[in-house]
Amino acid sequence: MEFLSYLINGISLGSVYAIIALGYTMVYGIAKMLNFAHGDVIMVGSYLVFIGINQMGIPPLVAIIISMVACTLLGIIIERFAYKPLRGASSLAVLITAIGVSYLLQNLALLFWGSDPKSFTSVVTIPPLKLANGQLVISGETIVTIVTSTVIMIGLMLFVNRTKVGNAMLAVSEDKGAAQLMGINVNYTIALTFAIGSALAAVAGVLLCSAYPTLQPTTGAMPGIKAFTAAVFGGIGSIPGAMLGGVLLGIIEILSKAYISTQLADAIVFAVLIVVLLVRPTGLLGKKINEKV
Amino acid sequence: MGEMLQVKNLNVFYGSIHAIKDISFHVNEGEIVTLIGANGAGKTTTMHTISGLLKPKTGEVSFLGNPITQMEAHKIIRLGLSQVPEGRRVFSHLTVQENLTLGAYTRKDGSAAVANDLERIFERLPRLKERRKQQAGTLSGGEQQMLAIGRALMCKPKMLLLDEPSMGLSPLLVKEIFKIIQDVNQEGVTILLVEQNAKMALEIADRAYVLETGTIKMEGPADELANNIEIRKAYLGC
Ligand SMILES: Nc1ncnc2c1ncn2[C@@H]1O[C@H](COP(=O)(O)OP(=O)(O)OP(=O)(O)O)[C@@H](O)[C@H]1O
Ligand SMILES: [Mg+2]
Repeated sequence: MEFLSYLINGISLGSVYAIIALGYTMVYGIAKMLNFAHGDVIMVGSYLVFIGINQMGIPPLVAIIISMVACTLLGIIIERFAYKPLRGASSLAVLITAIGVSYLLQNLALLFWGSDPKSFTSVVTIPPLKLANGQLVISGETIVTIVTSTVIMIGLMLFVNRTKVGNAMLAVSEDKGAAQLMGINVNYTIALTFAIGSALAAVAGVLLCSAYPTLQPTTGAMPGIKAFTAAVFGGIGSIPGAMLGGVLLGIIEILSKAYISTQLADAIVFAVLIVVLLVRPTGLLGKKINEKV
Repeated sequence: MGEMLQVKNLNVFYGSIHAIKDISFHVNEGEIVTLIGANGAGKTTTMHTISGLLKPKTGEVSFLGNPITQMEAHKIIRLGLSQVPEGRRVFSHLTVQENLTLGAYTRKDGSAAVANDLERIFERLPRLKERRKQQAGTLSGGEQQMLAIGRALMCKPKMLLLDEPSMGLSPLLVKEIFKIIQDVNQEGVTILLVEQNAKMALEIADRAYVLETGTIKMEGPADELANNIEIRKAYLGC
């Protein structure tokens, strides 16, 4: 029973990682870059929700929607002004820029919102679920997180695989030149990908801060790194891979905390990544490099 | 029969490499024109420049009277100029049908019309029909070439650019592909065909240009070039 409860918590944390990892993996798939500022978009989104609810008294759902819209715009602005001018530049230059954007967002947050941690009040109001005569208690946050993540993942899969725009994204991620020959606007598709990833980051921020309620300018950094790990773990560029990697990572983290050591949990998570990459360099569901005839 | 595509004094560079040196040529409406040349002559560079994937340093490209030299690739196809790129470049993780549907990405005439044309493509290329749900990456080279052609036709182009469609295919398949190109032309699509297989290309073409290290060395009616001694030595091996 105890194990089951840890497992459910792991799935819950993991599905938040999965949502963040989707942002990393989609951007990587389309723009072939690691957007290290992605984690900080989570932080910005969480602050916006916090301010909306605690300081302006806006209803939580409205605050979340405003935060999603703002993060979408933030993602588009970051892409437009920081990354787009570097298209075709060396990947090292892009990587350093992404790290720069990450620090910029953290320091702007420090400037506007200060360094003292804010205590985020959970947006979840549904009561915990008691199962097996109260031996197994699933918190409202956990239920909301798992349900929201599942809906997002299914929705995203349907969007990418079943819609014209989604298929265009897959085409751009495979071959930009050929996609342009189909009449697909590559710049627009890249911007759209950043927009979707950033909107998801806003949702992830709310879910994360509802479960772990301390909010400060560096809040996005660790989940960001872990979700990036999850994306690599599942196979960077692969959407199902990001989902699987995220969920597995969450489970590994929570079980390590429960049964091995709280301090070592993060080390274990990264060690698992290294082992997986040694055995399968493309990650769990990574596509093998297409051989061109 | 006006000029459909016109290329004037085109110069294209890769960094300091001068790949296309001041070439000019044109394609008239309804024609099959072939551009033949050896490896590295600059055929693909020319095709990419026409389609907008590469930008020339100087020179002009115009299509149906529109200057397209500075136009973005995704807008050029909307004018009715479609390309079957070298090496096919099908989207290997998408199915045959998804590839074809992406070919119709620019169309605004509704999904019923697209579905209708999809069936017409399947009639023309029955091998694709049997494999419509199969991932394009699992198709054979010949099937991929057919898919690339079908995909390029789905936008209902006025003109089709084909970059070495015979590359890596058996003689029988090459015949089949060339037959398709002729049929498409019969239906009113103007063709610019890039080939190393000069013999086959000259057989179906009206006119030809010979490209050598970035310059046009010879031009004329295809049957004349096919009988030219130099061409016979250099490209036809006899
Ligand atoms: N991306 C590139 N960077 C630098 N040089 C290039 C690039 N692409 C092509 N070139 C050079 O430009 C010249 C023309 O190449 P192009 O690909 O147009 O030739 P091609 O006639 O299509 O040859 P093939 O028959 O082998 O396809 C070659 O000398 C080639 O090395
Ligand atoms: Mg070529």
